[in-house]
Amino acid sequence: MTVTRFVLKRLAGALVVLLVLSAALYALFYLVPGDPARLACGERCTPAQVAQVRELLGLNEPVYAQYLHFLRGVVAGREYSAAGSPLPCAAPCLGLSHRNDQPVTALIAAGLPATASLALGAMAVWLLLGVGTGLVSALRRGGPVERVLTVLTLAGTGTPVFVLGLLLLMAVCAHLQWLPFPSYVPLTQDPEQWAWNMLLPWLTLGLFESAKYARLTRSSTLETLAEDHIRTFRAYGLGERAVVTRHALRGALPPVIALSALDLGSMMGGAMITESLFGLPGLGRLLIEGVRSVDLPVVVGVVLVIGAAVVLANAVADVLYTLADRRVALS
Amino acid sequence: MPTHDTVVAPTAPPPGARAVWRRPRGRPAALAAGAVLAALVAAALAAPLLTAAAGQDPYTYHDDLIDSASGGAPVGAFGGAGADHWLGVEPGTGRDLFARLLYGARVSLLVAVGATAVQVAAGVAVGLAAALGGRWADHLLGRVTDVMVALPALVLAIALTTVVPPDFPRPLLLVLVLGALGWGGVSRVVRAQTLALKGLDFVAAARLGGAGRWRVARRELLPSLAAPVITYAALLLPGNIVAEASLSFLGIGVRPPTPSWGQMLSTASTWFRADPMYVLLPSGLLLVTVLAFTVLGDAVRAALDPRGASRLGRDAGRAGKRRNP
Repeated sequence: MTVTRFVLKRLAGALVVLLVLSAALYALFYLVPGDPARLACGERCTPAQVAQVRELLGLNEPVYAQYLHFLRGVVAGREYSAAGSPLPCAAPCLGLSHRNDQPVTALIAAGLPATASLALGAMAVWLLLGVGTGLVSALRRGGPVERVLTVLTLAGTGTPVFVLGLLLLMAVCAHLQWLPFPSYVPLTQDPEQWAWNMLLPWLTLGLFESAKYARLTRSSTLETLAEDHIRTFRAYGLGERAVVTRHALRGALPPVIALSALDLGSMMGGAMITESLFGLPGLGRLLIEGVRSVDLPVVVGVVLVIGAAVVLANAVADVLYTLADRRVALS
Repeated sequence: MPTHDTVVAPTAPPPGARAVWRRPRGRPAALAAGAVLAALVAAALAAPLLTAAAGQDPYTYHDDLIDSASGGAPVGAFGGAGADHWLGVEPGTGRDLFARLLYGARVSLLVAVGATAVQVAAGVAVGLAAALGGRWADHLLGRVTDVMVALPALVLAIALTTVVPPDFPRPLLLVLVLGALGWGGVSRVVRAQTLALKGLDFVAAARLGGAGRWRVARRELLPSLAAPVITYAALLLPGNIVAEASLSFLGIGVRPPTPSWGQMLSTASTWFRADPMYVLLPSGLLLVTVLAFTVLGDAVRAALDPRGASRLGRDAGRAGKRRNP
C-alpha cells in the first residue's frame, strides 16, 4: 500500500468515527431528557413561549432531521429564524447557547486560549520532567537514585490532580508566599503576567502527567537497551554516552511521542479539573457551566470539539508512528 | 491504566485464587496496604457506630464552633480539633469532620467498587463476544473498544450527567457512568487471553468431549480468565476512586449534604489559607486509599503473573521478559 493511500485511509476512518460519535451524542442528548425546548426556554416560560422556542430551534422536527440540520450547520452555517429577529450562526455552527443565545462556536473559541495555554505549558513540564525521570531511572537501574525515583513516580501516579494542585497552592501561595493565587491574564494582554499566573497550573497538570511518562520512558528505554543492535554497538567499543544518546533514544522515544497524542483525552480530563481549581476560563469551565445550567448545545458542542481533537490526534499519531518506524507494516 | 501491557501467551490454565493469597504474604508493602484497606472498609461499614461513639453526626451545624468574624474558620488550633470533635470541624458550617470523612469513605468505596464491577462485567462480555463471535463481531467490537479507550472518559462522564433526571440516585449514576465508559481495557485483555486460550489443549479436549461453544466459554474459559481479569480489576480500582473524587470535586458527584472527599476538597480550595487541616485531612485519606489500592493491585499482579515482575520491585518487567522468552 502506498503511503498516500494509507494516510487517506486513516483520515477517512477518523472522519467516520467522528460522524458516528456526533450522531451518538446528538441522539443521546436530544432523545433522553424531558424536553429540550423547555430547558432552552427556562423554568418560568409559559407553554406558548415554549412552543415558540421549539419552533425557533427546529425541535418539532424528527430527531434525524434535526441532526441533518445540525450537520449542515457545521458545514455551511445556519440561521435560527423566529417571528421576530433572525439569529445568525456562522459556518462551523454548533448551535446557540440556551443561556445567552451566543453561538457555541464563539464560546468555544473564547475558551480555547486558556485551555491551550495550560495544555502546552504543562506538556513542556511533563516532557522535561517525565521523560527525564524515566531516562535517569532506566540508566541508573538498580541504584539508590532509581529506587527514590520509583517511589516518587508511584506516589505521583496515584495523586489526583486536584490534590496535587491544592498542596502546591498551600505550599507556594500560602506557606512560602512566592506566588499570588493565580488569576488568568491573556497572553496577548501581558505575556509576563500570563506566564507568572500560569506557572502554578502548568506545574500542577505537568507534574500530574509526568508520572505516567516517566514509567513509559523507563520501560521503553530498558527494552531498547536490551536489544541486539545496542549490544552490537557496545561490542564495537562505542562509548556508553554515544550508545544512549545516538542509538537507544531513537528507539525509546517514539512510544513516548505516540502516547502524548493518544493521551490527549485523559489530559483534557486533567486540564478540566486544573482549570476548575485555578479558575481559568477555558473549555473545562465552559463545559461544567453548561452542565450546571443544562445548556445542551454547549455541552454537546464542547464534547464534540474535544472528541474531534482526540480522534484526529489518534489518527495523526498513528500515521506519524507508522511512517517513522518502517518495521510497522502499512495496513 | 496500563495501556502498553503485553499479553503473555499462556501455556497452561493460570494459577488459582490460592496463589493470590500465598504470594502477598511474603511482601510487607502489600500486607501493610491490605491492612490499611481492611481498616478503611471496616471504618466505612461501621461509620454510624463510630460517629455515635464520638457523639457526633455528619449533618449537624455547629455555629458556635466557627468564627463568623473571619468568614467561618473553625475556632481553635488544628481546625478546631479536640475531645468533642476528634478531627475538628468543617469551616463555614461547623459540621464534625471525623463523621464527614467516615461517611465520605462509604461513598468513595461504594462507587469505586461498583464501577469496577460494571467495568469488569461489561469488559468480559464484550471481550468474550469479540473473541468467540466470528470475524465481523470481532472487527466491529474492536473498533468500538478503540473509540471507547480513546475518548476522554472524564469529559463524557461530566456531560452525561446532564441528561439524567435530577432525582436519579447519584451514587448509582456515578457507578453506571464510570462503568459504561471504562470497560475498554478489560475487554482488550479478555479478548487477547481468550484467543490465546482457545488454541490450548484443555479447551480442545473439552470441545472433543462434546461441549458446545457456551459451555466451553463458561466452564473452561471463564475460570482461566479469572487471573488476568482480577489483576486488571485490581489496577482499575484506584483509578475509579480518583474518578469519583474528581467528579465530586467538579460538583457533579453525590449531592450535598451527603459528604464525599472530592466535594470537601472542592470547598477546601477557598480555605487553604485559613484552615489547612481541611485540605490535608481529605487529601491524606484519598492519597492513602489510592496508594494502598495501587500497592495491593501490584501485589495481586505479581502473584498471578510470575513472569511479569512487579512494577514496584527492582527487577524491571519488560526488559527481563525479553531476554528469557
